[in-house]
Amino acid sequence: MIYLDNSATTKPYKEVLDTFVTVSEKYFANPSSLHSKGGEAENLLGQARRSIAQLLHVTPSEIVFTSGGTEGNNMAIKGIAFQHQNRGKHLITTGVEHASSYESFQLLESQGFEVTYLPVDETGSVSIEDLKKSIRPETILVSMLHVNNETGTLQPIKEMGEVLKEHPKVFFHVDNVQGMGKVHLPIKEYGVDLCTISAHKIHGLKGTGVLYVKNGVTLSPLFTGGEQEFRKRAGTENVAGIVSMAKALRIILQEMNAKKDHLITIKKQLLNGLKNIEDIEINTPEDGSAPHIINFSVKNVKPEVLIHALDEKDIYVSTRSACSSKQGGASRILLQMGLGEQRASTALRLSTSYDNTKEEIELVLQVLQKEITNLKKVMR
Amino acid sequence: MLYDHLVVRYGELSLKGKNRRHFENQLHETVKRKLRRFDNLKISKLFDRLVIELNGQPHEPVVGSLQDIFGIHSISPALRTENNLDEINKTALIALKDAMENTDKRTFKVTGKRSLKTFPVNSMQLNSEVGGYLLRNTENITVDVHNPDVEVKVEVKDTGTYISCQTFKGAGGLPIGVGGKAMLMLSGGIDSPVAGYLTMKRGVRIEGVHFHSPPFTSERAKQKVVDLTQELTRFSGGKIKLHVVPFTKIQQIIKDKIPASYSMTIMRRVMLKITEKLAEKNNALAIANGENLGQVASQTMQSMYAINEVTNLPILRPVITMDKLEIMDISQKIGTYEISIRPYEDCCTIFLPSAPKTKPKREKAIRFEQNIENLEELIEEAVQGVETIILEEGRSTETTFEELF
Repeated sequence: MIYLDNSATTKPYKEVLDTFVTVSEKYFANPSSLHSKGGEAENLLGQARRSIAQLLHVTPSEIVFTSGGTEGNNMAIKGIAFQHQNRGKHLITTGVEHASSYESFQLLESQGFEVTYLPVDETGSVSIEDLKKSIRPETILVSMLHVNNETGTLQPIKEMGEVLKEHPKVFFHVDNVQGMGKVHLPIKEYGVDLCTISAHKIHGLKGTGVLYVKNGVTLSPLFTGGEQEFRKRAGTENVAGIVSMAKALRIILQEMNAKKDHLITIKKQLLNGLKNIEDIEINTPEDGSAPHIINFSVKNVKPEVLIHALDEKDIYVSTRSACSSKQGGASRILLQMGLGEQRASTALRLSTSYDNTKEEIELVLQVLQKEITNLKKVMR
Repeated sequence: MLYDHLVVRYGELSLKGKNRRHFENQLHETVKRKLRRFDNLKISKLFDRLVIELNGQPHEPVVGSLQDIFGIHSISPALRTENNLDEINKTALIALKDAMENTDKRTFKVTGKRSLKTFPVNSMQLNSEVGGYLLRNTENITVDVHNPDVEVKVEVKDTGTYISCQTFKGAGGLPIGVGGKAMLMLSGGIDSPVAGYLTMKRGVRIEGVHFHSPPFTSERAKQKVVDLTQELTRFSGGKIKLHVVPFTKIQQIIKDKIPASYSMTIMRRVMLKITEKLAEKNNALAIANGENLGQVASQTMQSMYAINEVTNLPILRPVITMDKLEIMDISQKIGTYEISIRPYEDCCTIFLPSAPKTKPKREKAIRFEQNIENLEELIEEAVQGVETIILEEGRSTETTFEELF
């Protein structure tokens, strides 16, 4: 099997599964229960929080456990909007966000908030100047992706953070679901107030995630009904998922340290190979993109057909964001980048992990070349 | 990484005559132990300073650790150079430029200090020589001897000259261990850890005493006190012992035999008696606690008068005059606040009567106490049953689930 859909989800590390099983079996008590088993689970939860805080260079009270990226983004965006609407009802984001952010903003628009969607250039990146121009006295939130989930484009988070340091009343939310473990993001240094992370994109398990909420930042909770997570997120904690997420985070950060160049090497290999295949147009910018995502369009070939053809060879890739893949039609992200309807509706995404090898990539390139040639004959 | 040395200056030590060597040795030991976790550091004792060679370690975390050590007045990251005016000038210029780069700092002064009397340039001359050189080799920068943005310290020692532009405040106080030992009564609240911290500030070692009444108080309440003690080890120069006293039986008997309005007074008298015994056993000469005048019922003057009587040991009450907010500030600073506010009941609140006497009479307290005929026996039994836990800086206090992480 050659798995190149790591932006949709990753295969859990073996160690992560071991932890999950052990915790589920031995420490299944509710951390809020008063008995000693509850105490044990609470202790475990606390250690996970401290461990994750340490790995992210933040403090434990800034770690709020969630059910994943979608919840994290919803909680950050709606939570800030509802909590601080008395100060202003203007929000800023980009036109290329993940659906969980994009649709949160759409909902807020229907409830009387005003949203500015910053435009992107042909690489998918927003400009600092546009941000500066959009900030008004009633702006309360700027929210954007770090790494675009479809194209791998990086947004200039550091520079954005610099600009926003001059606007201390505007909260800065970064969706780092795709970037975690792949692209370094020093949360504190960049002046980020809220940051979304999801476990299953870093070889953890589905249903767990973290929303970093800087100390002192208040938000209106999505879920009420308990005092868990500093009253920001009610609900019995998923202790086994959370502890195994702490482990996944530790391992992927080690991998990132040790094997960063590996991802860059296979990305170059992929890019060079794809460029040699006729009718392929690369949508991921060569500079300013993450090392693990490559998006390209194949002229006149329906991407679904290509996916199924690769499937038969035990190679797994995707059309775009898993959360929008069933809608069909053109990619909103690629349209925003001005690539046109045709290119935006024929895109494929390959996303790698530290485990993919050069040999695998070589094979994928060969199969792609062959399948595209075949399909073109049929589809003409 | 610009700075390769740290200059550590002592606080009140310079004043303490012939005890000085003892004080310095204690401090030196504490510093050595505290910095053990950093590789490659070299610590050397000079006449009135410690100099730490960083050997590539970033200075920030080392400074952070040193700021927890009592007896240190200030810490400066420094550059070392040979005792030669040319070299001193050049190095001072590098340090000054680094300190002013990307800031709006525009004024400086040089504070020269020549401890090495054979060096031909004296302190005054150093100021003007180095200051003049800095002025000639920079632009838009002026001298301000009263309120400089940057103070360039030039210290000429026999091991070389140390130049620094930035000074971090130390914790002050006296080195731990020079002031004897006290037993600290730890309930788990906000005040007692702060009292422990302030006691240690005067060089006093502490051992914790906690009263545990299972099943009326939970394991988590005890763990809370263990965690508080663990937090205090940052300032203790190593280990702290925590004595956990089994208190259930005594509390039940007090509830049974003492009128409710006096039960708290008697309970606190008994606690003090037990602590005194533990002090004797562990060679401590005082008891420290977090009492504060007027905060709660047991902390009135009358109440202290009725309770204090049971012991002749000095009772140190470092937070006696502080406002609650002042105490909370300190507890936040030393990292105990978050632990103290965990919501578990402790032995002081569990049997709290609905209307405790705020002005108990000493005579009455004595009389009621006699209702418990075998009190001495019970106290002895509690002392015998003490569980002693040793906490050490950097160790975890909880069960660790290492394989799970």
